[in-house]
Amino acid sequence: MLSRVISGDGPRSPVLTAALLLILVVLAFAPFLFSGAQPLNVAAKICVFILLVASYDLLLGYTGIVSFAHTMFFGIGGYGAAIALSRLGPSWSALALGIVVAIVVAGLLALVIGLFSLRVRAIFFAMITLAVATAFLVLASQLSGFTGGEDGLNYSVPESLRPSFRLLEQPVFGTVVNGRIVTYYILFFVVLAGFLLLLRIVNSPFGSVLQAIRENEFRAEALGYPVVIYRSIASVVSAVIAAVAGVLLALWLRYTGPDTTLSFAIMIDVLLMVVIGGMGTLYGAVIGSVLMIIAENYLPAVFGKLGAAAAGIPFAPLILSADRWLLWLGILFVLSVYFFPTGIVGKLRALWQNRKGGAPQTRSARAEHEKE
Amino acid sequence: MSDGTAQREEAVVASPPIDWLPILLTVAVAVIALPLIGSVSTWVTLTVAALAMGMIIFIMASGLTLVFGLMDVINFGHGVFISVGAYMSLLVLRPLMGWVDSPSLMLNIGVLILCIFVAMAASGLFGLLFERVIIRPVYRQHLKQILVTMGGLIVIEQLLHVFFGGSPITIALPYNFRGGLSIGPDTIVERYRLIAVVIGVAVFVAMMLVLNRTRIGLLVRAGVENPEMVEALGYRIRRIFVGVFVAGSALAGLGGVMWGFYQQTLTIGMGLQVLVLIFIVVIIGGLGSIGGCLIGSMLVALVANYTAFLEPKIALVSNIALMLVVLMWRPQGLYPVVKV
Repeated sequence: MLSRVISGDGPRSPVLTAALLLILVVLAFAPFLFSGAQPLNVAAKICVFILLVASYDLLLGYTGIVSFAHTMFFGIGGYGAAIALSRLGPSWSALALGIVVAIVVAGLLALVIGLFSLRVRAIFFAMITLAVATAFLVLASQLSGFTGGEDGLNYSVPESLRPSFRLLEQPVFGTVVNGRIVTYYILFFVVLAGFLLLLRIVNSPFGSVLQAIRENEFRAEALGYPVVIYRSIASVVSAVIAAVAGVLLALWLRYTGPDTTLSFAIMIDVLLMVVIGGMGTLYGAVIGSVLMIIAENYLPAVFGKLGAAAAGIPFAPLILSADRWLLWLGILFVLSVYFFPTGIVGKLRALWQNRKGGAPQTRSARAEHEKE
Repeated sequence: MSDGTAQREEAVVASPPIDWLPILLTVAVAVIALPLIGSVSTWVTLTVAALAMGMIIFIMASGLTLVFGLMDVINFGHGVFISVGAYMSLLVLRPLMGWVDSPSLMLNIGVLILCIFVAMAASGLFGLLFERVIIRPVYRQHLKQILVTMGGLIVIEQLLHVFFGGSPITIALPYNFRGGLSIGPDTIVERYRLIAVVIGVAVFVAMMLVLNRTRIGLLVRAGVENPEMVEALGYRIRRIFVGVFVAGSALAGLGGVMWGFYQQTLTIGMGLQVLVLIFIVVIIGGLGSIGGCLIGSMLVALVANYTAFLEPKIALVSNIALMLVVLMWRPQGLYPVVKV
């Protein structure tokens, strides 16, 4: 039963299983475990990013194509919900319309980009998505009548999602169940469903073809699988799920702007999460998102202290300052691409495999055969 | 095979026919824009400005396309060499403020040349390091190349933050290069753009001479066509490649200085911003082709300038539209590099 729910693709490492269960439990009960707005914000952001990063992993890890337009689809979702809610008023029907429009736009745009650039060379895809995403960012910040420009859009969400709303009269475990908590659980369950759906997709025959394309494009084509079609479908699915994640973020923040959804910094975050967590494993998306977002929220303080401690050494305070943590992440990123191409999840699985005495079947081992 | 065909084949190999269509297209774009714009003097101003901008873009893009053509390496970190070049010019401009503001033409030219020299040396050195540390382990793996060069870009960008601070820095043009020059009735061309054209043409001519008239250039061109064969003939293609990579990075640095003066504001993100434009240019031109890179730069700059004048809102996406149109016509770019 449980194996069916996760599509037979278990964590395959006891440490990983424990970590994932812990994350699931903490996220499921976050509103009751922590008090105050900050931890719940972090939990909600983790939920949204798990879905976003997992959908990106479908492209990067499973299909082997690099896209820099993932935040564009994330943004389309966010702006879809934001524009609908701010123009048509805070009703469920407006939200539904926004979601449908966002999903259709994201899917079509992904299809067009895919057909244009995947037809020629996979490498074009990375460059063209970067160009298109940048143009989209410029458009979103210039067409201020429509998108609110650099300032973004503030809007109200439907009545029952507002903090003033009370779902239950009595507090549960000392926590008042208000609209924010309702919103959180909508996020949580949509993300859970989306994640299980992605697990289903990558473990389906379709997912196997995607991995075959990643390993050897020509062989897949020779076996009769039209590579362009498969890649385009993967790109559309991933874009649509990213748009859903964007809608969720828009609901949670009640604000959508270029910095929260479209910016290149978020794209880099997503890349880091996938690579550090482990490319080609959806569980890597979970681990990567959790680690990165917790680090993002709590590490700057640590860095600030380190910088203050190193005040005597020239340049050390600059390098160790809270603003410079991207420097360290960049170094970590390069090192992990070289030395841990399978990320944390791959490492944990390989360790467990070794202990059981079986031959480690890692991606790096398979990559030996991979020749582009 | 008769002697006649052998001779003809030899002749074909010696001088492949030039594909005139893309060049004609570029000229056609300029000609069609004339009636749309309406005024000849405005058209001349826009066209000269676009040529200057195109030249700067070409300088920045040529290294990227050559590196790709030669070694099949896609360097997303190329953009950061542009930032490095631009910021290195500060090392010259800050101590030599007097030269910049001096009315003496010689001192102005001197400070520009010093800027260019320092920037090219620094970004070339960065290129050498980058090739060693970042790119060498990931030859022939595009996916990893994209990822690690992106990582390298983040790291170097952050280092620039450390040394120069994050806020935008305004720089002044040398005294004699400020303002415009009247070259006809109602036609004013900014002096700096003329300088950009001169430097751009010089770089293009130098590059063409090196590539077509020297032994190194011959090896580079042969390497683009068929690296294995060059290797088999006893040349160390890796060394040629490192040289090209360093030269490409130094050119990016030169482009960074030019671009920095052009905008007169330096930001850390400027390299990444312009990288997008460069990608569009090399995709339009055909990855790996120098001629295509030049034509692509000109097309992009012309279209950008004309649309910015005619319909500013469209100008934001004109590059993308141009790229789509070109890819529909020639899916491999204007001058596809045929790989053996």
